[in-house]
Amino acid sequence: MSSTLIQVIAGGLLLGAVYALFSSGLTLIWGMMNVINFAHGDFVMLGMYVAFVVWTLMGGGPAAAVPIAALVLASLGIVCYFSLIRHIMRGPMLAQILGTFGLALLLRYSAFWYFGASFRTLPETLVGGTLLIGPLRIESSRLLAGVVALLVTACLHLILTRTALGSRMLAVAEDATAAELMGIRPERMQAVAWGLAAAATGIAGALIANFFYVAPSVGETLAIVAFVTVSLGGFGSVPGALVAGLLIGVIESVSAYAIGAIYKDIVVYTLFVLALWLRPQGLMGKA
Amino acid sequence: MNRAVWPILGLILLAYPFVFSTPFQQRLGALVLLYATGASAWNIVGGYAGLISVGHAVFFGCGAYGALASYQYLGLPPIGGLPIGVAASVFIAAIIGVPTLRLSGHYFSMATIAVAELMRLVVSNTEWLGGAQGLSGPPVPRTPLDLSFISALPYYYLFLAVLTAVLALTWQMERRRIGYYLRAISDSERAARSLGAAAPRYKLYAYMLSAALTAVAGAMYAVMFGFVDPESGLGILVSVKMLIMAALGGAGLLLGPLVGAAILVPLEEISNNLLGGAGGGLTFVAYGAIIVVIARFQPGGILRPVLGALHQRKGPAKT
Repeated sequence: MSSTLIQVIAGGLLLGAVYALFSSGLTLIWGMMNVINFAHGDFVMLGMYVAFVVWTLMGGGPAAAVPIAALVLASLGIVCYFSLIRHIMRGPMLAQILGTFGLALLLRYSAFWYFGASFRTLPETLVGGTLLIGPLRIESSRLLAGVVALLVTACLHLILTRTALGSRMLAVAEDATAAELMGIRPERMQAVAWGLAAAATGIAGALIANFFYVAPSVGETLAIVAFVTVSLGGFGSVPGALVAGLLIGVIESVSAYAIGAIYKDIVVYTLFVLALWLRPQGLMGKA
Repeated sequence: MNRAVWPILGLILLAYPFVFSTPFQQRLGALVLLYATGASAWNIVGGYAGLISVGHAVFFGCGAYGALASYQYLGLPPIGGLPIGVAASVFIAAIIGVPTLRLSGHYFSMATIAVAELMRLVVSNTEWLGGAQGLSGPPVPRTPLDLSFISALPYYYLFLAVLTAVLALTWQMERRRIGYYLRAISDSERAARSLGAAAPRYKLYAYMLSAALTAVAGAMYAVMFGFVDPESGLGILVSVKMLIMAALGGAGLLLGPLVGAAILVPLEEISNNLLGGAGGGLTFVAYGAIIVVIARFQPGGILRPVLGALHQRKGPAKT
């Protein structure tokens, strides 16, 4: 294998870790309450703008932006849950799709109206330089994003599987009525799920803002990435999202390298359609 | 529904361009009818069969690109490309329908988004379909058949005729076996199948019919605007608008899409006019807010409680 290809794969893995992070939020919400958040990509977009604002207002880098984005987005997620999701969850499916789609338009065009359509970037000096690791040259912003995203995804997985809170959430996901009889409040657990999922998107957004373009429309692309990741990894599974996220990151970078950057989205979308068409039985597990 | 509604509605629609006769108002009327046509076509699959497609832009794009590609390569008037666009649309619907219609619920919606986005990316990179630049119609009308008018009045009546045809077809479908099957499938596919409804076949028929009519709306768009590019023909907003207009008025109701279009199109045009390009984002902020409020408080659409009230006053429904 040529060293360029190794380089490309390493870059793909690092970006894929960030994909895995925000996709695990989508998969968590889906697993908990059978709702697909069509606004998920726009949550990530907001996370990116939080990083942008933190830099313009106080010149802060990721150390400041990541926790602030996590807090802002977690609050937004909880507000969305109580004001909208809680009510449309039990309604017809059209209401669920409309509700989260409306939310997506609302967030996307609010950002468009406030920040303008132009693509923005954070200065490279914020997390500057490239590191040499053996034969690899890796931008430190990407390395930071990949490593932090991996750690946060692992934490999310541990919260869900190893803590009392996680067990309570799992109980609500299994059977909300039975959980309620055991003294667990389903609404509180679902709100926590929305908070955690939105915090994951906030962190992911603040991390990729250091090397990705920031624009209101970026949410649309990222939402589709999250859908692909979740449908490949299995709805409701955080480890699945991790593996699928890394895989998609690699597939994207390798296809951009091998056949051209404009075709990488075509490859990913084709993969998504094929996954839905060819493995519906695998995907229908929880439906 | 009350029978008196139809002649009254017909009169209002026929008289509108004379009562509201400024060019802006006539153009607004034509656009309402155009979008109502698209949303009514969506309604067949999304409303009656309960399969919420978020990718109908594929079929709209087929109609629009079919019309303008026929002009570009065959020298036909754009309207002459209508059969080509409709045929392409039905063909594509059959190909993507077979695997996609097996999916239920959210999976169907996500698959339709993915197919539409894939199509947009492919067309953006296809040279002979104009790539990212798009295709244009005849710059000056060569014959009256090019249907290139300065006034919106001829478009208004053209679109009114098309919408009437689409609604008549939907109404016929509603009363026939396929209509009953679709509603049964929408309520519970498993129960419908156990009673002998050939669900996959009827879903595919409905999908192809809906695709054909959506392509007609796309061709009408191309005839009026004389231009289409990947964003205006295949963009996700095209799909979303059809869905939202139908759902706002009432998905699965014959007049739901028309009511939805009559609210949202003026909102968009007037606010674009008032705010200009700079505030363009605000239009869609309002759009998003309206959808969220509808999903939260009146997920059946605003026409449903009105119909309910009418029935209550007249005693049990007779329809």
